[in-house]
Amino acid sequence: MAIEVKDVTKRFGDFVALDDVSINVPDGGLTALLGPSGSGKSTLLRVIAGLEEPDEGQVLISGEDSTETRVQDRNVGFVFQHYAAFKHMTVFNNIAFGLKIRGEGNGEIKERVRQLIELVHLKGFENRFPNQLSGGQRQRMALARALAVEPRVLLLDEPFGALDAKVRQELRTWLRRLHDEVHVTTIFVTHDQEEAMEVAEQIIVMNDGRIEQSGGPRDLYEHPASEFVMSFVGPAHRLGTEWVRPHDVEIRHEPNGQTIEALVDRIVHLGFEVRVELTLQDGDHFSVQLTRDQVDELELKEGQIVFVRPRQTKTFASA
Amino acid sequence: MRGISLTWLSVIVLIPLAAVVAKSFEEGPAAFWDAISEPEAWAAIKLTVISSLIIVAINAVMGTLIAWVLVRDEFRGKSIVNSLIDLPFALPTIVAGLTLLALYGADSPIGLEAAYTKAAVVMALLFVTLPFVVRAVQPVLLEVDQEMEEAAASLGAPNHRIFRSILLPNLTPAIIAGCALAFARAIGEFGSLVLLTGNIPFDTQVASVYIFGRIESDNVTGAAAVSVLLLLISVAILFALNLFGRWRSRHERG
Amino acid sequence: MSAASRLQRFGLRGIALFYLTALLVVPVGIIFWKTFEDGIGPPLEAITSPEGLHAFWLTILCVGIAVPLNTIFGVLTALVLVRHKFRGKAVINSLIDLPFAVSPVVIGLALILIWGQDGWFGGFLEDAGFQVIYAVPGMILATIFVSLPFVVREVMPVLQEIGTDQEQAAETLGASPRQTFWKVTLPAIRWGVAYGVVLATARALGEFGAVSVVSGKIGGQTETLPIFVENEYTNFNLAGAYAAAIVLAILALAVLFSMNMLQRRARKSEDSGDDGDETPVTTGVFVPHPIEKEA
Repeated sequence: MAIEVKDVTKRFGDFVALDDVSINVPDGGLTALLGPSGSGKSTLLRVIAGLEEPDEGQVLISGEDSTETRVQDRNVGFVFQHYAAFKHMTVFNNIAFGLKIRGEGNGEIKERVRQLIELVHLKGFENRFPNQLSGGQRQRMALARALAVEPRVLLLDEPFGALDAKVRQELRTWLRRLHDEVHVTTIFVTHDQEEAMEVAEQIIVMNDGRIEQSGGPRDLYEHPASEFVMSFVGPAHRLGTEWVRPHDVEIRHEPNGQTIEALVDRIVHLGFEVRVELTLQDGDHFSVQLTRDQVDELELKEGQIVFVRPRQTKTFASA
Repeated sequence: MRGISLTWLSVIVLIPLAAVVAKSFEEGPAAFWDAISEPEAWAAIKLTVISSLIIVAINAVMGTLIAWVLVRDEFRGKSIVNSLIDLPFALPTIVAGLTLLALYGADSPIGLEAAYTKAAVVMALLFVTLPFVVRAVQPVLLEVDQEMEEAAASLGAPNHRIFRSILLPNLTPAIIAGCALAFARAIGEFGSLVLLTGNIPFDTQVASVYIFGRIESDNVTGAAAVSVLLLLISVAILFALNLFGRWRSRHERG
Repeated sequence: MSAASRLQRFGLRGIALFYLTALLVVPVGIIFWKTFEDGIGPPLEAITSPEGLHAFWLTILCVGIAVPLNTIFGVLTALVLVRHKFRGKAVINSLIDLPFAVSPVVIGLALILIWGQDGWFGGFLEDAGFQVIYAVPGMILATIFVSLPFVVREVMPVLQEIGTDQEQAAETLGASPRQTFWKVTLPAIRWGVAYGVVLATARALGEFGAVSVVSGKIGGQTETLPIFVENEYTNFNLAGAYAAAIVLAILALAVLFSMNMLQRRARKSEDSGDDGDETPVTTGVFVPHPIEKEA
């Protein structure tokens, strides 16, 4: 196990940010800490890095108890949401910083930085200053800087949060490919479940300072352990005491004993997918996801009365 | 509206100062040179400039240190200490001189009789220039992105290295700004020195006291000449600061 | 936190507090002690002497004229500099900062050269029987000079911060420029103005060098309270000197206190969602803002 967190609790005054949290991150893996704001995911990441000290519990890195170790000595690479670029240094010097601290020779530094600059596609920008780079370029520089010292683990705190959608998409893919090449244990924090699903091998879902569930993307989606995970990772609707995914619902024109009556409010065409918004008998709103072809076949119209049948539902023990 | 502003400024500030410059050259450039190179004048100017440079160096260090403690440290009574920093400005200079005299004068309660020495000049100047560097550095320190320091730490930099390589470069413009203002204030300081130093010519007499003496003995041209020299030194420092500030912000936009 | 960094932290705090105590607290404390060394009698007598009282009221007069004038000028000039576009802003900015850069004695000299007997304007005035130098008007002029920049410098950033949105909204609702100024602009900058007034008052109260030069320091006639302190001391009336110093010191502490209060009031009204109220620039209090504004 590359990283082990054991029973960590962290408080800020009266606020409990982490409540008896334990996780395991495999060596060389790509793990996401996923959760809403305030779930404690960034705090957990910072505890692993040594930027915060836990009130209780332990942090083990490569099997060694590092709970008391200073951040300087943990050899972790950290990438911040807002880049934390050294704005008074050039791109070259930013990336070289960690190496200079370690007292590497000028020749070695030059070579290593050159390699990293190529890796992150920033060739030609060596002598620019961070304020002359775009957000995406700054983040790539920050990554190169963190990787320069060959850290045991790479930690990224909402690394793409400050970038626009298109750049975010590009960098997601790029991070995945980078991990395939470099193979360093990587943990990244995100509130975007799509991002977690797309990039990570293992997802750890957090809420209110606790771990909700841990597993692969498919695992979490198809076998959620709680209401929270079901509704957070992927779209979900409540049907009485049951939960159902909008694409797991069938629409029929005739009842068949297992169906529920509903009124078609609106049919929203989203390209290939179509979202059919309905109102149920008890006044609740509900939506079903169908393909364009299915909608055409059924000849659905707004204002129709139809019958919906969930194909697969989940129930959770009440908390 | 613009006219009113300009008129007010001209009448109150511009024209009087122009008169000083005019007066200093009234008897020709040779007389100007004689006035400022006169031994007593020169001694006063030397003392003033050297003392001011000394306090600038001390303030650069202590001012930054105090700003650091006020921004990054937490302790009971910190807000009172923070307010106290402005005391040298709220307190009239003559009172400042009197208090320092009470402490370091003839019947010094702590046995340190430093009045009427060059050291007294430095002490008084330290008192009146205390707030400049502190107040210049504080807002910058508040704004600085602490994540840069965390990033440096995660890359292995020890605390003193973080201060030297990450914090200091970002604080330097503010420190220099504060120092320049402290310098300009120090070379013109009068009230706190008048009682404390004894104003001994060639020993503890500063430029402003010398000028005052010339005015009283009706050597107005001489007074004007030394005044102009002081003004030039002040202006040169502030101008250099202005340039440095502009160079800095062009260098580091956003 | 590691033991080493805890030590660092205490060490720095200790040095800072020691320096401040030695430089500020002890001297000011001594003054209070020395004043009342022989009881409250001597200082009270000295300060309520005719000369002492005259010095006190003369100081109040100078401040009472200089500060309001500079407040009006300050708000006006701040508006001109922030809201209008024209060339030569850098010049005006530098002029405003000059009172900071010039020695008080030089200021006094400059005023003598203009308003004195042989001065540029003074000659005419004296012939008309109106004496400026070695009389109260000169002292008022000196006080105006030294306290000039404060209101401008405090109001300018506030004006920049709030922008023109509110004023434009008022215009669209039919307000005249005068109404806009009194009902929208002025209320929005009130904390900046208040703060600037407090700073200007402190500076005016404590002014010594320039006023010394232009007044002739004639006791009972052209002696402000700070000059009274010096005169008493050089005449070996220590009780009088300390008494007056105490009065000035108490006024100084009152200034610090009001600054603190103002900052807190301004911050509170900001938090309660009172948009347009901006906390006056607190740090950088008496420090003029660097002259690198847009020309």
